Amino acid sequence: MSDDHGSSVISAQVRHVESLLESRGLLDAGEIDTRIDEFLAGGSPANGARIVARAWVDPGFAERLLADANSAIREVGLSMAGGLQEQRLKVVANTEGEHNVVVCTLCSCYPIALLGPSPSWYKSEAYRSRVVRDPRGVLAEFGLELPAGTSIAVWDASAESRYMVLPRRPDGTEGLAEDELAARVTRKGLIGTAAV
Amino acid sequence: MSTDRFAPGVRVRTRTTDPAGHTRLPRYARGAVGVLVEQAGRHPLADDRARGVPADPQPVWHVRFAAADLFGAGDHTVTVELWQEYLTPIEEAP
Repeated sequence: MSDDHGSSVISAQVRHVESLLESRGLLDAGEIDTRIDEFLAGGSPANGARIVARAWVDPGFAERLLADANSAIREVGLSMAGGLQEQRLKVVANTEGEHNVVVCTLCSCYPIALLGPSPSWYKSEAYRSRVVRDPRGVLAEFGLELPAGTSIAVWDASAESRYMVLPRRPDGTEGLAEDELAARVTRKGLIGTAAV
Repeated sequence: MSTDRFAPGVRVRTRTTDPAGHTRLPRYARGAVGVLVEQAGRHPLADDRARGVPADPQPVWHVRFAAADLFGAGDHTVTVELWQEYLTPIEEAP
């Protein structure tokens, strides 16, 4: 598994290629950073939270979201088509009996459009290697103690899909409006390392 | 017949080989038996793309494994997304 890339050989190679492309006029100075900024600009966990809040108040939307997330999120004005090609989104719902948690063991695949840039722990070797083997222990370290009767489903984003967890709606929120519900949803809740 | 070999609910065994280059079959899931959950689109094999080799799209599957089958312990499941080429259906006894 890879570690921090900050001073690695590959990052030096990437910088070298970037400077060659710039010197030959194929790339403007700083263009890659600008493109990355543009890609990241719309991404925020507030997007994922909006999706979750809608699913909590609209069972029909929740059903469509779990069946075909890419189509459903267009109903709330969101899309997974912001990159080079549309990425498949798979939303997995927590229930009383089953808790879901997402990881990318091979690198750090993550639905940036809906959750923003990933937290550093998501990319850490410790999280990536341990959560597939001992999710109950890792979740407990995050402060999430699941009942012994709750089964755990780990999803490894090893290919082209991106995953988001649909957390369970907290008790006592029946009177809240959709935007108030969205404000309750956390990034960790969308990854599955916390309840909401 | 051959097209029906891959369908939700079918048990599959993953490849055991350790390729020299890039692969998206995680080491912990090699040579393991899991169950196809659903197809997750069709994509060219990442192993080929990483080597710059032309590749036709092929089905990619969510494959669910029991943790105990992967790690010898654990009561959870791990669902990995795997290209069909990594998988061989297990013929059930008639």
